[in-house]
Amino acid sequence: MSTAYKTVKDIAGPLLMVEGVEGVAYDELCEVELTDGSKRLGKVLESRKGLAIVQLFESTQGATTEGTKVRFLGRAFQIGVSEDMLGRVFSGAGAPIDGGPETVPEKKLNINGDPINPASRDFPADFIQTGISTIDVLNTLVRGQKLPIFSGAGLPHAQLAAQIARQARVLTPKEVEEGKGAEGNVQTDDKFAVVFAAMGVTFEEAQFFKNEFEKTGALSRAVLFLNTAGDPVAERIATPRLALTTAEYLAFEKDYQVTVIITDMTNYCEALREISAARKEVPGRRGYPGYLYTDLATLYERAGRIKGKKGSITQIPILTMPEDDVTHPIPDLTGYITEGQIRLDRSLQQKAIFPPVIPMGSLSRLKGKAQGEGVTREDHSGMDAQLTAAYARGVEVRELAVILGESSLSEIDKAYLKFADRFEKEFIRQGEGENRSIFESLDIGWDLLKELPKSELKRVKPAHVEKYLNA
Amino acid sequence: MSNQPTITKVAGPLVVADGMSNAKMFEVVKVSKENLIGEVIELHGEEASIQVYEETSGIAPGEPVKLTGQTLSVELAPGLLESIYDGIQRPLELIEKEANSAFITRGIEVPGISRTRTWDFTPVASVGNHVQEGDILGTVPETSLILHKVMVPPGISGTVKSIETGTFTVEHVVAVIETEDGAKEIQMLQKWPIRIPRPVSGKNMPSEPLVTGMRVLDTLFPIARGGAGAIPGPFGAGKTVTQQSLAKYCNAQVIIYIGCGERGNEMTEVLTEFPHLKDPASGEPLMKRTVMIANTSNMPVAAREASVYTGITIAEYYRDMGYDVALMADSTSRWAEAMREMSGRLGEMPGEEGYPAYLGSRTAAFYERAGYVDCLGSDDRKGSLSVIGAVSPPGGDFSEPVTQNTLRVTKVFWALDAKLAYKRHFPAINWLQSYSLYIDNLAPWYGKEVADDYFSNREKVQGILQDESKLEEIVRLVGMDALSPREQLTMEIARMIREDFLFQNGFDPVDAYSSLNKQYRILKSILGFMESAGPVIDQEDFDFKKLQALPVKEEIAQCSFTPEEDVDAVFDKLDDTIQSQISALKS
Repeated sequence: MSTAYKTVKDIAGPLLMVEGVEGVAYDELCEVELTDGSKRLGKVLESRKGLAIVQLFESTQGATTEGTKVRFLGRAFQIGVSEDMLGRVFSGAGAPIDGGPETVPEKKLNINGDPINPASRDFPADFIQTGISTIDVLNTLVRGQKLPIFSGAGLPHAQLAAQIARQARVLTPKEVEEGKGAEGNVQTDDKFAVVFAAMGVTFEEAQFFKNEFEKTGALSRAVLFLNTAGDPVAERIATPRLALTTAEYLAFEKDYQVTVIITDMTNYCEALREISAARKEVPGRRGYPGYLYTDLATLYERAGRIKGKKGSITQIPILTMPEDDVTHPIPDLTGYITEGQIRLDRSLQQKAIFPPVIPMGSLSRLKGKAQGEGVTREDHSGMDAQLTAAYARGVEVRELAVILGESSLSEIDKAYLKFADRFEKEFIRQGEGENRSIFESLDIGWDLLKELPKSELKRVKPAHVEKYLNA
Repeated sequence: MSNQPTITKVAGPLVVADGMSNAKMFEVVKVSKENLIGEVIELHGEEASIQVYEETSGIAPGEPVKLTGQTLSVELAPGLLESIYDGIQRPLELIEKEANSAFITRGIEVPGISRTRTWDFTPVASVGNHVQEGDILGTVPETSLILHKVMVPPGISGTVKSIETGTFTVEHVVAVIETEDGAKEIQMLQKWPIRIPRPVSGKNMPSEPLVTGMRVLDTLFPIARGGAGAIPGPFGAGKTVTQQSLAKYCNAQVIIYIGCGERGNEMTEVLTEFPHLKDPASGEPLMKRTVMIANTSNMPVAAREASVYTGITIAEYYRDMGYDVALMADSTSRWAEAMREMSGRLGEMPGEEGYPAYLGSRTAAFYERAGYVDCLGSDDRKGSLSVIGAVSPPGGDFSEPVTQNTLRVTKVFWALDAKLAYKRHFPAINWLQSYSLYIDNLAPWYGKEVADDYFSNREKVQGILQDESKLEEIVRLVGMDALSPREQLTMEIARMIREDFLFQNGFDPVDAYSSLNKQYRILKSILGFMESAGPVIDQEDFDFKKLQALPVKEEIAQCSFTPEEDVDAVFDKLDDTIQSQISALKS
C-alpha cells in the first residue's frame, strides 16, 4: 500500500493522471506529495490497468508532473466520528479549524455511506413546529424529511434556515390536547443536534451561521464543516458527505434528532461540473454531468428515519436558483428528489415581507400525516388547502385589477384581493425572532378567511367553519 | 487458450474486463472478489463492458470476473405477490436480514423466490392429457385474492406423464411432460429473461376501460385495459400521488408498482400503506394483489435500468394466467437517465440532450409489451397488461426527448400542470392538454354498461371547458360584465365542472373513489342545471346574480361526497331541487 508512484503524466484542473499503477481501486483515497513536501488528498475517479485518474480535493497549484509523489491508501475517504464532534468546527475536508485538538474517533466511516433499504425506513410522520406560519400551516415540515430552500441571490435564506434550526421542535401531547402552544421553553427528552455544511459560501455567511448558533447556545450541540468561497473547489465534493456521515452516526447510532443544513448546493453542483468538464465527459443540460441527478440523490436520500431507531435526520439544503429560474437543472433535479421545497420569492422580498415564502411553488410532500387531529389540530389540512387556493385566486385577481382597474372587479373578486393583501401582511410576514405556535397560525388563518363569503369556503369542513370562524 | 477474465478498468457502474471471449451479450457475470452482480452490455473481441448493479467503490483492475452462462432473468413462481424487490429481484426484507443492517451493503445474494416456503398445488391437467405451451397444469392459492396458475413453459408441449397433488416447495417437480425431445420436469419455479417479452398467441384491440375511480380520468381521458398511458409533469404536480391512487383503486386484478429512481420515503409510504388499505372490490388488503419494485434514486444506477424490465416481466407472467394486470412505473425518466449515464460512460455517440440514439426504440419496445392478449394455451384465456408510466420532464418542459418519445407510443396522455397544483386543484391534470385515443374503442362499453349518453355528455363538458378558456381571455381584457348572459352561464357551469366534478379530494374516504355511475350522475346534474338555466337567463333584464345565488349550488358542491349506496336517491332529489329552484326564477 505504501508504494509511492512518481509517474504523474498529465495535470488538468483538479485531475492527475498517474501511470504505471497496479491494483488501484476505484474510489480509493490517495495522498499526493508535492515537491515542496506539502501533502494533499485525492480520490480515484477511474482506474484502468496501468492508469489511474485522480481527483484532488484541493487545488493542483504547484503540482508538477515530475517529482510529485502519489501514494494510494487502500481505502475510500473515511471520517472518524464521535460524540466529541459536537461543538466543533471542521474544514471542508474534515480537519479541525477551531484551534481545538483532533477529536478521538470512536469509529471510522466511509463518507459515501450506503443507501438506506426502503423496507427498513420508518415513514416520517412527526410534525415539527418551526414557529413560521407559512411552513407550519402550508408546507408542514416533518421529522426525517428533506425540505430544501429554493432561494435566489440576495434573498434571506440564511436567516430563514437559522430561524428554523433555532425554533424547530415537536409538540408535546399536552399542547396537542389543549390546542394551545406552551409558553416559554419547552423541554423534551429528545437529544438534538445540528450538523452544518457550508460549500463555497462567503466567510460572512459562514460566520453568520456560527454567530447564530453561538448566540442561542446551539453551538455546543452543533457540528460545523466549513468550505468557504476561497477554499478548494474540489473539496466541496467531500464536504456534504462528511456532514451527512456525521449526521448518520449521531442519528442512527447515538439517537440524536439531527437537523442538517447544507448551503449552498448550487456551489456543490458547480464543483461537480468543473470536475466533469476537466474529465471531458459528455455533458447533460447546461454543461452539468449526466449523472447529476444520481449524484444529488446520494446526498439528499441520506435523510429519514429507520425502524427501531430513535434518531432522525431532517435535511434542509439551501440552493440559490440562477436568475431565480426554477427550471434550471439544479433546482429542477433537486425538486425531483426532495420531499417538497420552500420557495423564496423576490417580489415578496421587495414588499419587505419576511420570510418571503411564496405558497405557490412551495410544497411539503410529507405533510399529509403531520396535519390534523391528534397531531396538530383538526382544521389544519382544510385550512392549508383553503388558504393556498384563496391566495392563488387573490393573486390572479390582483393581476386582473392591474389591467381593468379595481373598480371593475366583482364583489367576490374584491374580497379575494383584500384577502390576498392581508394574507401577505399578517400571515406570511412575521419577525425573525417571532415564534408562532401552530395554533396561533391557524387562528390567524381563520381571521383572514372572514374576508371571504362563507359560500367560498369550499376546502374547509363546514363543521370547522362553525367552530372556528367566529371563535 | 484464452486468459482468465480479469478487470481492466473501473469507472463508476461501468467495468471493462479482458479475457471475456466466452461471454455472451447480456450474460450475467459476477464481478470482483465481492461477487457483484453485473451484465455484459458490449463485446469487443476479448474485451467486455459490464454494467454493474452494485456500488463499485474499492474494486480494482486485476480482480477476477466470473461468467454464469445465464442472462438476466426473473424467477416466476408463487410468492411474487406481496413481495418488495429491488431492481434485480432481490427481496428487500431479505437484504436487510442478510446485511443485518438498515443499509444496503454489497455482494448480497438472496433468491427472488423463497426456496423453503411451501404451497398447495392442485392439479388441473391429468396424466395422459396432451398439453401445449401455456396450458394450465395446476393451481396454487397464492393469496386470498389471486389463484396462481402453474403453466406449461413456452416451448414445451407433449403428454403429461405424471402430475402430483399436495404441498410442495417451488423447486419440487410437480409434473413430468413427455415431449418429442424426451421427458421434461416441470417445477412451480420458472425463469424468464427480463429483456425478452413473454410470448402470446395474439393481440386484440382493447375494448374495456381500466376504471380508476378518478373522475377526470374515467370520464374525460379514459385508458383501456391493455392500453398504455403516460403521466408527464414537473415535480410537485402530483405524478406519484396519481400513480399511487391508480395502484389503489384501479380495477385490475394484479398491480405491479415500480419505484424507479424515486424517493425512499415515498416507497416506504407505499410499503406501510398498502398492507392496511383494502381492495375496494374484495375488502382484502391491497398488498395481496401487489408486487412492489423499489429501486430508489440513491441505489445503484444500473439496477434502475433493469428495474422496469424486471417489473414488466412479472406483469406479463400474471397476464399469461389470464389476469388483468396494471403496471405503474414511476418514473420512466429515471430509467432513461440511467440509460444515458451508461451510454455516456461507454462513450457512445449521444443523440438528443445526451440521451442515447436508441432511447426512442427502447421506450417504444417497453410500452409495446402492454396489450389485451390471447394467452398461450388451449383454453382461450384472455389477459391484459396496462402500462402507465410517469415521466419527469426537466423544468416541466414537455418538448424534451423522454416525454416526446413516450407520447409517440402511448395513446393516453395525462398532462400534469404545476399551475393547477399551486391552486391545490387535484388531480392536477390539465383538461385542455390531455387526451385519450381510446374513446372510440371504449364508447360501446360505456354506452352499454353505464349510460347511453355518457360520451355525449363528455363531449359537452369538453366543449364547455374549451369555451371557458377562450372566454377567460376576454374577461382578462375587458372584464366579466362584457360577457353576454349565455357566456356568463358557460363560465359558471365550467366553474362547477372544475370545482365540483374534476376536483377530487384523494384524502377523503368517500370522494377518493367515484363509481362510473356517480361520475355520470354528477355531470348529468351540472348539465341539467345548465339546460334549465338557459331559458331563464334569456329573459329580458334578468339579474344573473340571482342564478349565482341559488342555494342548490352548495348542494352541487357537496354532491361528490355522497356515499356510493345513496347515489341514485341523492341525485334524483338533487335534480328535482335544481329544476324547482331554477323555475322559481322565471318571471
